[in-house]
Amino acid sequence: MYKSKPAYIVLALVIFGLLVISCGRKTSDNEILIGEYSSLTGTTATFGQSTHRGILMAVDEINKAGGVLGKKIKLLTEDDQSKPEEAAMAVTKLISRDGVKAIIGEVSSSRSLAAAPICQANRIPMVSNASTNPEVTRKGDYIFRVCYIDPFQGEVMAKFVFNSLKLRRVAILEDVKNDYSIGLAQYFEENFKKLGGEVVATQAYSEGDTDFKAQLTALKGSDPEAIIVPGYYTEAALIVKQARDLNMNMPFIGGDGWDSAKLTEIGGAAMNNTYFSTAYSADDPNPVVQNFVTKYHKLYSDSPDAFAVLGYDAARLLFDAINRAGSVEGDKIRDALKATRDFPGVSGMITIDADRNARKPIVIIEIGDGKMKYKETIQPD
Amino acid sequence: MNRHRSKLVLLASLVAAGGLSFLQPYISPYYFQIIIYIGINIILASSLNLINGFAGQFSLGHAGFMAIGAYTASVITTAMNLQPGTTLAIPMFLLALLCGGLIASIFGLLVGIPSLRLKGDYLAITTLGFGEIIRVIIQNLDFLGAARGFTGIAKLADFFWVYAFVAVLIFLIYNLIHSTYGKGFMAVRDDEIASEAVGINVTHYKVVAFVTGAFFAGIAGGLYAHFVTYINPSQFGFLRSFEIVVMVVVGGMGSIGGVIVAAILLTILPEALRAIAQYRMVIYSLLLIIIMLARPQGLFGGGISIKRFLKQNPEQT
Repeated sequence: MYKSKPAYIVLALVIFGLLVISCGRKTSDNEILIGEYSSLTGTTATFGQSTHRGILMAVDEINKAGGVLGKKIKLLTEDDQSKPEEAAMAVTKLISRDGVKAIIGEVSSSRSLAAAPICQANRIPMVSNASTNPEVTRKGDYIFRVCYIDPFQGEVMAKFVFNSLKLRRVAILEDVKNDYSIGLAQYFEENFKKLGGEVVATQAYSEGDTDFKAQLTALKGSDPEAIIVPGYYTEAALIVKQARDLNMNMPFIGGDGWDSAKLTEIGGAAMNNTYFSTAYSADDPNPVVQNFVTKYHKLYSDSPDAFAVLGYDAARLLFDAINRAGSVEGDKIRDALKATRDFPGVSGMITIDADRNARKPIVIIEIGDGKMKYKETIQPD
Repeated sequence: MNRHRSKLVLLASLVAAGGLSFLQPYISPYYFQIIIYIGINIILASSLNLINGFAGQFSLGHAGFMAIGAYTASVITTAMNLQPGTTLAIPMFLLALLCGGLIASIFGLLVGIPSLRLKGDYLAITTLGFGEIIRVIIQNLDFLGAARGFTGIAKLADFFWVYAFVAVLIFLIYNLIHSTYGKGFMAVRDDEIASEAVGINVTHYKVVAFVTGAFFAGIAGGLYAHFVTYINPSQFGFLRSFEIVVMVVVGGMGSIGGVIVAAILLTILPEALRAIAQYRMVIYSLLLIIIMLARPQGLFGGGISIKRFLKQNPEQT
């Protein structure tokens, strides 16, 4: 027992040291504290990291331009390991220990749903950058979002398949483990049927699966003209690749979960003849978009994905609201956020509606020759 | 500590839990949240310790029982539309928690009776499979919110509730271990064949330990759901089971105090490491490796009690 004493001492010192470090954050009066909780590690780490880059860029820009209300923005970022309970913890810490004035986050609806009641109870405005589940903003009047919600995306996808691609018989392959995927599949199906289309078959997979041949073979049997895969890019790329191996050459259609450079990296040439809807395209000729893309490329030597854009838009929309509120009090920022009309975001003109959701255009991307190309923009009704 | 004294200790801890809960407004919500998570993790780790540490059965399905308890209790409280502060809230919340625990223990019995005839690795795999089955079933049940998760749970769990159950559980385990049953558990753990030879009904003892452990995992799940107010099947995956197993192993299999210390330590550690952001899980894992290398039997395992450790005199009892 005595032999192992040093190990305890080392352990105790390490923990004590870290506690001291973590307590040492000091803020000055010339700063406005903004909190961000993000999945920097865990299953959806790429989403969190992209978002973080976008937010950092927005913070940098605003501080160079003199800050907000004459004060600098100071961003505090907490990792939530892609877990809802960690998101709750991170947000509680940001609000109660750091005293942030507003919160930005999260991509995943499950994490936003865990964090939103805490922001609401503390009267701290929260701007979700990419949580598309309608439930999130129903948590209270301090909760906002800058992305569109699943019903709208489902509707647009249905219209695109029905009107632009002129297809009538489709099959759905949904990720049953993923709330986003189930929601999107459901809203797509509702709208597609309303337009007069037919969903001939539905199959399911689970996030993390790598073999989809069984489901694909089953879908092939019902001979659909297109297959809707409302999941994340990791599985979507594998699904399309395996489908092409099975000689299934119909178009595959996805949602914004597909939006990652990894999609074409994993899928390669198999991804040709696929489409997905998302918040923005780097090829969009709009000068606001092009300006953003150039700046982002200079900073990170990488092209921005939709999560970077939404992080950037969420941060800028929030700064704009604080400016208009003329105060950092929670209820004033909330009122200013509510009054947001036609805010020129990179992901389009954003208007906050009565349900605190964003009304904005949606972009369709086509993949051809292994590259993502801007196809069209669909405006909200 | 004799039985009589342990009852007094239980009473004292319940009163203390009640008294300390009045301090809640004066504690930063962040620290308060950590304290609650610590309590829930103590319940989870201690109840698993009963199965893994005392009865010597390696279960990897604790998160499954936790999920059952969490969903059962949440369905009951939301169906009754319980709001914190109302007169009905306290007895009904207790009832919901107990129902959660009960259903979890029924599942424990269903899984336990066939699978506890298995030994070692086989049992670990069966329970792991069970935990995953529970998660996947919930994921596909629409009235439980499926993968979207269960929202709108009232925030009923507070300091008193969590630590009252911690006190009751520790009291129960302490007394169980010092009873005939406890001796039976340890006999089964130490030598199954020998205990069978002297007439101990091995399966019976294993099932009792398993069902009791499942009951408290269900309670912990209910408390967790009513504190976080949002549950999602992905919160109860096998990684959660592993986290609980890690607490038991780090604390020392079969050490009541050691497991409590480990639950506290392993809950605080990731929070203390927040300063280094995304690298914290690397350090966290590294520390686990160091602990295991320095003390393979766990911090307080191998027959070392905390009292003796603090006195730094291994000779004394």
